[in-house]
Amino acid sequence: MPILELDDLSLRFGGVTALSGLTMEVRKGELLALIGPNGAGKTSVLNCISGLYRAQDGTIALTAADGTRHPLHRLPPHRIAALGVARTFQNIELFKHMTVLENLMLGRHVHMKGGVLSGGLYLGRQRRAEIEHRRHVEEVIDFMNLEPLRSREVGNLAYGNQRLVEMARALALDPAILLLDEPTAGMNAEEKESMARFILDVHEERGITVVVIDHDIDVIMDISDRVVVLDFGRKIAEGPPEEVRGDAAVIDAYLGRARGDVA
Amino acid sequence: MDIFLQLTVSGLSTGMIYALAAAGFVVIYKASDVINFTQGDLLLLGTYLIFFAIGQIGLPWSLGVLVTVLLAVAVALAIERLVLRPLIGEPIISMIMVTIGLSSILRGLVNAIWGPAPRSFDSFLPEGSVVVGPAVLSSGRLLSIPIALAVLAALGLFFRHTRDGIAMRAIADDQQAALSMGISIPRVFGVAWALAAASAAIGGIMLAGVVGVSPNVASIGLRVFPVVILGGLDSIKGAVIGGAIIGLLEAYTGGYVGHGLNLVVPYGVLILVLMVRPYGLFGKEIIERV
Repeated sequence: MPILELDDLSLRFGGVTALSGLTMEVRKGELLALIGPNGAGKTSVLNCISGLYRAQDGTIALTAADGTRHPLHRLPPHRIAALGVARTFQNIELFKHMTVLENLMLGRHVHMKGGVLSGGLYLGRQRRAEIEHRRHVEEVIDFMNLEPLRSREVGNLAYGNQRLVEMARALALDPAILLLDEPTAGMNAEEKESMARFILDVHEERGITVVVIDHDIDVIMDISDRVVVLDFGRKIAEGPPEEVRGDAAVIDAYLGRARGDVA
Repeated sequence: MDIFLQLTVSGLSTGMIYALAAAGFVVIYKASDVINFTQGDLLLLGTYLIFFAIGQIGLPWSLGVLVTVLLAVAVALAIERLVLRPLIGEPIISMIMVTIGLSSILRGLVNAIWGPAPRSFDSFLPEGSVVVGPAVLSSGRLLSIPIALAVLAALGLFFRHTRDGIAMRAIADDQQAALSMGISIPRVFGVAWALAAASAAIGGIMLAGVVGVSPNVASIGLRVFPVVILGGLDSIKGAVIGGAIIGLLEAYTGGYVGHGLNLVVPYGVLILVLMVRPYGLFGKEIIERV
């Protein structure tokens, strides 16, 4: 059953076409990998889903747990996040001047209620809610093994740890679907392995649907249930990892041999 | 010594009014990177609104203050909703230029409604004076200092503890990440403008009590710029301390050196700070690694 359906999505920046007529789906509970050469439009897909980009044509529909369908292509980013779509970024986007704990608490933003007044007065109800959010965040910290770093300012953390914090913050949102943009970029082999482990745990233990972009083919082949391959903003292949690996169009896209013919 | 004490109190009380206007400026800058040129005019609007509420309609002072703050907030929300929100996503410079235009419009509106002549009404700030040793201090001026500090402390708490305040810090830190956390940027900008107007209106109310109601207040409003440049564009604490320093410097130069020079000093400080420490006393130092 699809949780996300992208239908005939086209995105242009002036004369540059980032996505053209892309139709794909993300099935509920799967770990889907999105791969393709540089500039293929992978990140654009994530940006369209999370509402940072608006596609000129096409639709994106999210099916919520209660069965209602939401047209994501018409919603602003904060509404999309509130529907349980969380993400990380290729160039880590963290609140660098805040601690790990504060970053994760911000992940709870969509679940927090209360305006200036009740928050300012710190009323009982507000206090109980705060404790509840705190408990949730502690659980994520535990899950991602971040205890030693919890009160450190994020800007001072090592690169690999920043990636973990960013993923933890996305988890704090309690997402139905998690979009990961190159979570292992710039990591060494050991860090990559532990990140892959975390992604699998998120997927298996928490039952979260995951869409992951990565350039490390070995990691992708190891962890994903299904792979969608993009090139020049189009889908050129999809299927189980082992099948896609041998696909002629995919090999061409990566090696660039037949690029002139394809265009 | 008594002169010194008197100058200190009057300097601090004007300084705290600057701080109130400056804090509003900081809130908007923190949330949206917009340099708000209407901040001084919101102060002006505050002085006329309190005159309108108490002097013209004859409301009791408590209600008058409330009405003034609410009207100022309504004006700011209208500005945000009608003029600035459509510009979200456009280059920041467009928004800044628009606030310059709005500043003229606000000033013109105040002039059109209330005319260019100074107005007066019975101030609600206590008339009497307090004798401290050899110095005689106006109790109105004395009172304005704790009021301003209380409002500024409340703003500080807002940033630390409320959902919108924390969202504002998050947006200032990383807009993309804030969006992906479900923070609504239009909402936060609206709250920022409402707070900026409320704090400027309270400054305006106190200004009406201390120096009176006249179009000259607009030039006092301009003093916001030296204050925030000195304190740091993005620091509430900087606004408070910058306001105090500018207010005191003005009072001392006016009192000891001569009237006239005090009008120049704040801008001298502005130029000096920009040359020596462009991010101000408490501003975030932006270091770019290349």
